[in-house]
Amino acid sequence: MSQRLPVKRAFGCAPPLLFDSGSPGRSGFFWPEEDAFPAAELPAELLRDAVEGFPELGELEALRHFTQLSHLNFGIESQFYPLGSCTMKYNPKVNETVARFPGFAHIHPLAPVPLLQGALELLYELEGWLAEISGMDHVSLQPSAGAQGELTGLMLIRAYLADCGDARQKIIVPDTAHGTNPASSTLCGYEVIQVSSNEQGVMDPATVARVMNEEVAALMITNPNTLGLFEKNIEAVAGAVHARGGLVYLDGANLNALMGIAKPGHMGVDVLHMNLHKTFSTPHGGGGPGAGPVAVKAALRDYLPVPRIEKQNGAYVLSEDHPKSVGRVRSFLGNFGVLVRAYTYILSLGGDGLAEASRMALLNANYIRKRLEKHYSLAYNEPCMHECVFTDRAQHRFGVTTLDIAKRLLDYGFHPPTIYFPLVVSGALMIEPTETETPETLDAFIDAMIAIAREAKENPELVKTAPHSTPVRRLDEARAARKPVLRWEPERAERDKEQGML
Amino acid sequence: MRYTPHTLDDQARMLRTIGIQDIKQLYEHVPARLRETAGIRLPGGLAEVAVRRRLANLAAKNAAATDWSFFLGGGIYHHAIPSAVDAVVSRSEFATSYTPYQPEVSQGTLQALYEFQTLVCQLTGMEAANAGVYDGASAAAEAVLMSRRIQPLSRRQVLVSRALHPHYREVIRTYARNLEDVALQEIRFGDSGATDLERLRAALGPSTMCVVLGYPNFFGVIEDLASAQAACARAGAHLISVTTEPLALGLLKPPGFFGAEIAVGEGQSFGVPMNLGGPGFGFFATQRRFIRNLPGRLVGETVDVEGRRGFVLTLATREQHIRRERATSNICTSQTLCALAATVFLSLMGKTGLRRLAEINAARAHQARARLIREARAEAVFSGPFFNEFVVRVRDLDRAIRRAGERRIVPGIELSRWYPELPEALLVCVTEMNEREEVERLVAALAG
Amino acid sequence: MEIPEGLKYSKEHEWVLVEGNIATIGITEYAQEELGDIVYVELPEVGEKIVKDDPFGAVESVKAVSDVYAPVSGTVLEVNDALPDSPETINEDAYGDGWMIRVEMSDMDDLKDLMTAEEYAEYIEQQKAEEEDEDDESEEEDEE
Repeated sequence: MSQRLPVKRAFGCAPPLLFDSGSPGRSGFFWPEEDAFPAAELPAELLRDAVEGFPELGELEALRHFTQLSHLNFGIESQFYPLGSCTMKYNPKVNETVARFPGFAHIHPLAPVPLLQGALELLYELEGWLAEISGMDHVSLQPSAGAQGELTGLMLIRAYLADCGDARQKIIVPDTAHGTNPASSTLCGYEVIQVSSNEQGVMDPATVARVMNEEVAALMITNPNTLGLFEKNIEAVAGAVHARGGLVYLDGANLNALMGIAKPGHMGVDVLHMNLHKTFSTPHGGGGPGAGPVAVKAALRDYLPVPRIEKQNGAYVLSEDHPKSVGRVRSFLGNFGVLVRAYTYILSLGGDGLAEASRMALLNANYIRKRLEKHYSLAYNEPCMHECVFTDRAQHRFGVTTLDIAKRLLDYGFHPPTIYFPLVVSGALMIEPTETETPETLDAFIDAMIAIAREAKENPELVKTAPHSTPVRRLDEARAARKPVLRWEPERAERDKEQGML
Repeated sequence: MRYTPHTLDDQARMLRTIGIQDIKQLYEHVPARLRETAGIRLPGGLAEVAVRRRLANLAAKNAAATDWSFFLGGGIYHHAIPSAVDAVVSRSEFATSYTPYQPEVSQGTLQALYEFQTLVCQLTGMEAANAGVYDGASAAAEAVLMSRRIQPLSRRQVLVSRALHPHYREVIRTYARNLEDVALQEIRFGDSGATDLERLRAALGPSTMCVVLGYPNFFGVIEDLASAQAACARAGAHLISVTTEPLALGLLKPPGFFGAEIAVGEGQSFGVPMNLGGPGFGFFATQRRFIRNLPGRLVGETVDVEGRRGFVLTLATREQHIRRERATSNICTSQTLCALAATVFLSLMGKTGLRRLAEINAARAHQARARLIREARAEAVFSGPFFNEFVVRVRDLDRAIRRAGERRIVPGIELSRWYPELPEALLVCVTEMNEREEVERLVAALAG
Repeated sequence: MEIPEGLKYSKEHEWVLVEGNIATIGITEYAQEELGDIVYVELPEVGEKIVKDDPFGAVESVKAVSDVYAPVSGTVLEVNDALPDSPETINEDAYGDGWMIRVEMSDMDDLKDLMTAEEYAEYIEQQKAEEEDEDDESEEEDEE
């Protein structure tokens, strides 16, 4: 009797782990024997054996592994990806081309500065552009990401106040804030006071004035906030903070709503960070690298991280001589490769193009908000900026939750919005379409959302058990957390094979 | 307009649906004073050809390793990158996706990160690793913070080797500055270029929280982790091993072998271009008993409702989006795309290739050092064993560097800016990218 | 929902079994249902002092962390060592194998503030009703 081979799905199937593939002795590395260099004589007791368990694959075999993995991912070029507060806009290809120029990709940070003049010119110019866009005075490009930008910004504030002989202990954070705001505050040695937004979803100057006192170093505010609403009282809120000697920090995560519409520097903001991987189109990379430049008003300039890029007699130099600086927050000059992409984006769009990008981001978000408001409950019935927040309130009565709606969207081929954030909205669905999407794509997404609302009513089980068409279905997250398995190990691989899990 | 696809008709139709006439009505609730001053004074947009021309001009003003001979290391290394690496990281499914919060449509990223965590464990000899952090320097700072979470309040003294990368020491100082209970103390290095173990033993005490050593250290010298760990263990302090050149771990006994509590480092050497020092990625590994104290993302294995294996982000309750002010760290980024590049790189190298590559580096560096001493009158500065970087003293160093520059050679990194006690000392790095002729030209240039 | 007679209950949804001056403490069925799948439990060490109304430990689900508040003050005599390895026990048997700590009480008056099974049943009904009210109100707002 002939044996039948099990039929595997032709597409969208996970390949075995690297460690369960290949064959002993195989390698994708080739280097001819060389006589020119005798082997180094290192003491034997310093040396290890071959790395146990390391992969042993050929080049095509490895490449196929990763290509098959890529097929299991959604990405912006294959799917609409309206994650709120993440600004998943198109990542232009020209950015990728120029970032790979050898004059950018293969330059060393500790080469003599005269050999890096083009790079420093680019960084210097980018600092100026970001200052102009945000209405601030000075910029440091060093922070690696938004959260590190926040930490840097808070350190500046701390150093500045200490210098003024006014050490303070607390930071006010609205309840709608990103989790990084309180986490960064703690990391900077501050205590966090959380304040509630008002019934319109924004900060109330009176509320801020009530908690504001001489112990508070700063208020951290996101504008537009994470409900997609413009903090229309921001000038009065900033006034209340300044009146008692505090500073105002702006989380610039949502800057994509503001370009050409309002400058944070004009709102009373003293320090802010920007996420270049959001507003300025650099790819998110599945979780980095990003870049989180920090911008300040003139009074805080001396506290920016070192080194600073300066122009002296027509040449760019790196200056370390800033005794008041908070110091260095990472190695070298920052995520240069990301900064090149952001520079390219700004150069491509120009001032007017950036303003147009923000306007179209608002148009797309408001269009979705309008078309969906009859089918889903709005968290706040206020005009939105670049994103809108719905809830699962209308679907709850059928036992369908935000998570179910998100998972069902996958079956329709859309990446879900950000869910369950901000925390102040129960069952939040936070949709940020960005400006690079066509109205046709928005309509297709909206139609899918409406279809899901109907399914929730007529066939809730279908929604609650979604997704049905993805490479894997709902995963047991409790199991993953109870007995964490964070790496491959030979013994476990054997056992899994026996249990037929692979 | 570039990248915004809306035609005037599209806009008109959408505005009608929204129920307004003019797009300005969408933001008329923004205070007028702010709107009136919001114009961005930057030049107009450029066509793609003009953009490329401008960027090419800027790039041409830099000295790239493709045209110059670099003997530069010091935390960023010039290594060969197989074409297959860029082919994978250029795929938009990897490059443009977000942090894998929706695991059903992110298994590609999640499985790759799980493989990455495994590779980091294997290389460092540790039991658990996270999905990556910003860079080696912030990894070192996060490692100190992690030790602070584990150690009792009575232990807040941090001993940092002076032979640790200067940037890393600075970043640790920056992160520690606002935590008033942490006291940093620097431990000097000895004639071998390794941390002075006598001084280390003398400084260790009941209040020591952790010891931070480079492995290899900034001078390329391979520290005696066995002795350091024994001293730490006696005093109850954590040993944090910091590696800036991870290729060394293809050849050297890993920090986990010696019992280091935390092993971190910079991973740029593995398939990521130098990029003026960023982005690379920080790797971060520890012992199993400490996994709940890790910063950053963790990927774990599980099964779906049909029993198929799958991967998810796990132990998320440590993180900022849930625990907020009580999170283990504020970090969200795992430099995933760079970690992916390293995963591809290491799977191409494999068990035999990585070893071979490390041996080639060591062989070339050792030969270059011997020739510089023999033929270019350079003096050895340190006696300790090294991997692919070493320090030599070159008389009249400034002139020698200028002379080399005229021949498009950057012979190394001058150490006196960080170490006044090491005048005319040059940190030289030799990798597989430095061919025999280059080494000869280096010797000739420094010989004068 | 199960609310055994003979136990005392706190407003933070802990149960207390009193035997002499020894109190066994856990979280209620209602609490474990609200939390969902429990994946991790943080407990104090034997010998530690706990203070009424202060957190003495935490339970984690996949996406939330909740403090567990001490219903009484005292010294920890014993902790349930099985929980760190099988936190799901709390989901499966909140009042039995899912117990968390045993405490020698320092002040028997602490018990006065705790509820009986009947009072606790009423208390959670009330809480549920309040939640539903909130839901209804917001829905009306929407329709305006």
